[in-house]
Amino acid sequence: MLIFEHSRPARVNRAQLPPEPQQGLDDLPPELLRSTPPLLPEVSELQVVRHYTRLSQLNFSIDTHFYPLGSCTMKYNPRGANQLAMLPGFLGRHPLAPTDSHGQGLLACLYDLQEILKEVTGMKGVSLTPMAGAQGEFAGVAMIRAYHDARGDSGRSEILVPDAAHGTNPATAVMCGYRVREIPTNREGDVDLAALRQALGPQTAGIMLTNPSTLGVFERRIREIADAVHAVGGLLYYDGANLNAILGKVRPGDMGFDVIHLNLHKTFSTPHGGGGPGAGPVGVGERLLPFLPVPVVTRDNFGFHLEDESARPQSIGRLSAFYGNVGILLRAYVYARMVGREGMERVAEFATLNANYLAARLREAGFQLAFPQRRATHEFLITLSQEAKGLEVTARDFAKRLLDYGHHAPTTYFPLLVPECLLIEPTETEGKEMLDAFVEALITIREEARSMPDVVRGAPHSLPVKRLDDVKAARELDLTYRP
Amino acid sequence: MPFIPHTPSEIEAMLAAIGADSIEALFDEIPTELRAPGLSALPPGVGEMEIGVELRERARQDGEPLCFIGAGAYDHHIPAAVWEIATRGEFYSAYTPYQAEASQGTLQLLYEFQTMLASLSGLDVANASLYDGASSLAEAVLMAVRANRKNSSRRVLIPRAVHPHYRQVVQSIVHNQGIELVEVPFDPRGGHTDPALLAPFADQPYAALVVPQPNFFGVLEEVDALTDWAHAHQMLAIGLVNPTALALLKPPGEWGTKGVDIACGDGQPLGAPLSSGGPYFGFMTCRMEHVRQMPGRIIGRTQDLDGKVGYTLTLQAREQHIRRSKATSNICTNQGLLATAATLYLALLGPTGLRQVATACHTNTRTLLERLTAIEGVERVFTRPVFHEALIRLPQASDEVLRALAVQEILGGYPLAAHYPELGDTVLVCATETKGAAAIDRYATHLNRILERRRTPVCTRLRPKEDPFPNP
Repeated sequence: MLIFEHSRPARVNRAQLPPEPQQGLDDLPPELLRSTPPLLPEVSELQVVRHYTRLSQLNFSIDTHFYPLGSCTMKYNPRGANQLAMLPGFLGRHPLAPTDSHGQGLLACLYDLQEILKEVTGMKGVSLTPMAGAQGEFAGVAMIRAYHDARGDSGRSEILVPDAAHGTNPATAVMCGYRVREIPTNREGDVDLAALRQALGPQTAGIMLTNPSTLGVFERRIREIADAVHAVGGLLYYDGANLNAILGKVRPGDMGFDVIHLNLHKTFSTPHGGGGPGAGPVGVGERLLPFLPVPVVTRDNFGFHLEDESARPQSIGRLSAFYGNVGILLRAYVYARMVGREGMERVAEFATLNANYLAARLREAGFQLAFPQRRATHEFLITLSQEAKGLEVTARDFAKRLLDYGHHAPTTYFPLLVPECLLIEPTETEGKEMLDAFVEALITIREEARSMPDVVRGAPHSLPVKRLDDVKAARELDLTYRP
Repeated sequence: MPFIPHTPSEIEAMLAAIGADSIEALFDEIPTELRAPGLSALPPGVGEMEIGVELRERARQDGEPLCFIGAGAYDHHIPAAVWEIATRGEFYSAYTPYQAEASQGTLQLLYEFQTMLASLSGLDVANASLYDGASSLAEAVLMAVRANRKNSSRRVLIPRAVHPHYRQVVQSIVHNQGIELVEVPFDPRGGHTDPALLAPFADQPYAALVVPQPNFFGVLEEVDALTDWAHAHQMLAIGLVNPTALALLKPPGEWGTKGVDIACGDGQPLGAPLSSGGPYFGFMTCRMEHVRQMPGRIIGRTQDLDGKVGYTLTLQAREQHIRRSKATSNICTNQGLLATAATLYLALLGPTGLRQVATACHTNTRTLLERLTAIEGVERVFTRPVFHEALIRLPQASDEVLRALAVQEILGGYPLAAHYPELGDTVLVCATETKGAAAIDRYATHLNRILERRRTPVCTRLRPKEDPFPNP
């Protein structure tokens, strides 16, 4: 039942009405006024609370379920970080409040966070303003472009992207006015260096990579890649979606990357909120410092300041009306401080331990790893193509059946080059018993696929709805309720 | 080890299953010369209690001043239930609803959200949110360039009366695609984008005209004439609106004879705390004919195998994870939790509540303007009607006056000289429903006192950092 269906005409929620206005609206021109009220429900506060509490209970979430969604780093979101980011002093601060008298406390947190991210990534400067990973990518590629343009080197028209890259990479390159050229992956999961060398040239503006790659393996020849790209004058962009695996172990700046974005809603444990908000700060090496998006927090003897385009004339500009998703930045800051110097490395260690353990258990149980000869990083790929051929039960069916066993599904059918794949990322915050339960569930589902395949093909059976008709959703568009 | 549950014996058992001697061995594919020496510049980890003490001190440091700044972020009351429910773990810690059957709560809520936003703006469909108002305008500009089938222009008209930060953001985002923004001036008396000022742009093709309502100065635009002018010149019309204002003002879908093609704006007034600028959310609504050009997630209603109603992400062929380099935008993560808060907010207020909030904002601003302009030398800059925000001029240098007010824990408005030097020294002031008679009285009293004391030249040799005339 929709909230609109609980609505009754003239039901008013009086606790939420402001005092009766002291003046009229006679100063507003009548031709500019609304004639019919918007379709909003007329419901009591209890009805609202009950309706949305019940809706929430239809969701899987980290707080309720194991959520090994590959490339999404669904780790525990500490409640302490949420509580502190929602302190009244932080929540009530206007973005345009003067920073000298009413903002030093906040700017101190943001400055500290910039410093932490610089250290973790091995970069020279950080801007916190991008509001999600994709906007961080945009900032990164826009800086690459601004760098070439500033040198009068404007013939570079191409961004290279591995065929296994996140879809945001090629989409971002196009938003920055570049053509995209895909680079193939070799059988071991590394970038095909020969193909890369062939693709490089004076038209190359840069390359977008993530390391560990989206195949769940570490790109071992990253220095050679970096040198080859730099040799033709291109720059390297690091997609920080997979930073969790290497925190404190190896830094993108040391690998030769010129620019990076981080997904604070992954590695730094801020909530995903059912689709956001995220935060996608960017870090840069020396060459790209002047181009960072504004504002950037700086510090001098008088305190902390927000530097805008007047102090940074070469900046790629503003990406948000104010300075990004501050509330999310605060959560990430609290998390980073609680985890601290040694903790960062442990995050990478236990994320990697969990992924390798899960991979070893699944392999032992007869599942096929996509790259069995490689170490898993924070995540790994299995392919169910044998099961799909032999049993006619697909990766999608396995994923849906996992929901019946109380586990959120791993990422399915990504990267596209591995058939019938599941990309599994357990994260460091899960214990061994949960990983064991997940292995048992997959073994059971495979047994079901042999003995009663229709149960798996028809899954899920125990959720609020059965499998949904996506084709109907797209063909017979119903995007809003009409009474 | 914060948030890591492993016991020593579990670690041992796990390494044995892997066949590795140590955790360190799991990193043996990383070339040794690349290994980081450790993160020495990071402070050691602290407990929840210690970081709590530190953060509370920092939050206190910024005070809780009485705020009369608007300029794109508005201090509204947020019902307690909004964030009590929105931070339930099931909403707070879920991912984008890729597994629809396990995400019906978020999906149904977003379908309700789309319904509410589409209806508020008088258009057919809404997406499930974008980052913020400024970036939603940038996406609307890109969308208009794609969707305009009457001409292939890559130039878009944007009034100078649009929020200066929004214009900067749009520029940062669209210029790499060869899209040019052309500024439309405002009428220096009325403060509005007078349709007569559009005449010079009639000869050239443009993809779209942005129509703000109200504009950055709070001034109400002649939206019917502007929308019709755009359509008469083969442009799309993009409405840039404040969602609270839409409880009172004509929705963009009804502007002019045909209504706008796309509407967008910042959803912050609908349940998002000020929080120094974010997270807020951008919204976008449009006519059905343009839905395939819309960026961002869209939720559709469908059926399951048993014919039961359910909700799912739809029209995904527009999006980056399917279309890659041919997607409508690179956006992936949006501002889902803020859309959740907005849905709760709108459900709690209902049509009557939202209208009353908008009315209280507007009438409080009327009272504020009456009180302030009753002070000698304080005057309105523009003559046209406003909604809940207006530009004033002070008889003395505004930066000094605002600083003196800030010492009294009053943020008296946002100075515009840096953005609009042609207007001289001006201040944008705003009152919402949270600024009743007592708050306005406090502002007016202090302003009057500060101006009065400063009129008498007691001390002109110092540029005081602090109010030299504290309360007796």
